[in-house]
Amino acid sequence: MDYEPSDSADRTGASGELMPTAVKILIAGGFGVGKTTLVGAVSETRPLRTEEVLTEEGVSVDDLSGIETKTTTTVAMDFGRISITDDLVLYLFGTPGQDRFWFVWDELALGALGAVVLADTRRLADCFPSVDYFEKHGTPFIVAVNCFEGARQYQLDEVTQALSLDPGVPVMLCDARRRESGKEVLIAVLEHAMRTHRRVSATTAG
Amino acid sequence: MTEYEEPPDVHWVDEHAGPVVRPYAVTRGRARPVTGKFDLVSQVSTARTVASQDVGLGPEHLAIIALCRRRLSVAEVAAHLDLPLGAVRVLLGDLLERQLVRVVEPRPTPVLTDDSIFEQVINGLRTL
Ligand SMILES: Nc1nc2c(ncn2[C@@H]2O[C@H](COP(=O)(O)OP(=O)(O)OP(=O)(O)O)[C@@H](O)[C@H]2O)c(=O)[nH]1
Ligand SMILES: [Mg+2]
Repeated sequence: MDYEPSDSADRTGASGELMPTAVKILIAGGFGVGKTTLVGAVSETRPLRTEEVLTEEGVSVDDLSGIETKTTTTVAMDFGRISITDDLVLYLFGTPGQDRFWFVWDELALGALGAVVLADTRRLADCFPSVDYFEKHGTPFIVAVNCFEGARQYQLDEVTQALSLDPGVPVMLCDARRRESGKEVLIAVLEHAMRTHRRVSATTAG
Repeated sequence: MTEYEEPPDVHWVDEHAGPVVRPYAVTRGRARPVTGKFDLVSQVSTARTVASQDVGLGPEHLAIIALCRRRLSVAEVAAHLDLPLGAVRVLLGDLLERQLVRVVEPRPTPVLTDDSIFEQVINGLRTL
C-alpha cells in the first residue's frame, strides 16, 4: 500500500498513550439502493456528511451542450462511525454514486478492509460499476441484496450469475434499515476479507 | 408568429459551485496543506492550548482545536465544521506545523502475517 510508515508503528505515542487504530469499510451500490440507510442503521451517530470540492482538473467536463465550462462541483460522502474499543474505530463510507467520481473512490478504497456492494434486485445492473471497481482493485467485497418490498425474491445464486461474480464472493440478503442486519453484513464482509487476507498471506509466504 | 423563446437554462457554473468560494476564503486561497497528508481516517487530537505566540489563526483553526479535544478523524472534522475536506486539510496543516494538533495516520492495511485486526473488529461488532 501507499502509506509511509506511520509514526504509530509501535502504537505508543510520545506521551505514552495508546495510539488509535482506524479502519474503514466502504458501502457501495447504485443510486437509492440504501447506502445511507445502512450506514445510519449501524453507526453510533447519525450519518455524517463530508464534501470534496472538485475543479475541472479532476473531472471530465460534462459535455452535453458543447460549452466549455470550468466544472467545479462537490461530491458528498456519507459516513458513520462505530467505536469498537477506545482505540479501535471502524468507519463506514458510502461511496458517491456517480461514475465520474471514481477518483474519490480511489481515496476511499485506499486501505479499506473491504467493501459491501448493496444491490436492489429490481435494478441489479446498477451495481455492475461497483463490482467492476472492487474486482479491478482487489478490494475484498461481498454483495448484500437489500430486500425492498415488492422486489422479486431472487435465489442468491441467481444474483451471483446475473452479476457474473466469482463463486467465492459471498452474496447475502439484508434489510438496510435494521441494525442487526447491518451488523451481519459488516461481519460477513470482514470474515470474507480475513479469509482473502489469509489466502494471500499463505501463497505469498510460500 | 413565434414568440422569442428563452434559451434553455445554461449553467455556466455548476449549480453546486456556490460554496466553493468559502473554503478558499477560509484557507486564504491555499489548496494544499503546508505539511501532512491527512487521510480521511487519520486521527486528530489537540496537542496543546493556543498561546499568545500563535498568531495568524482564524476562527476555523480555533474551531478545530476546540473540536479535537476529543480525538476525531479528518472526515469527522470536515463534517462537524461543514467544510470541504480540501479546506480542512489545509487548516490541519497549519495546526500541525505549529504542533497544535497531533495526527496519527492510519496504519497500512494489515501486514501479511497479522490478521488480528479483522478478528478484533468482528468480535467487537458481535458484542455491540
Ligand atoms: N422498503 C425498504 N426501503 C428501504 C430499504 N433501505 C432503504 N430504503 C429506502 O430507500 C430509499 C433510498 O435509501 P438511501 O439509503 O437514501 O439510498 P442511497 O443508496 O443512500 O441513495 P443515494 O445516496 O441517493 O444513491 C429511502 O427512502 C430509504 O428509506 C429497505 O431495506 N427496505
Ligand atoms: Mg445516500
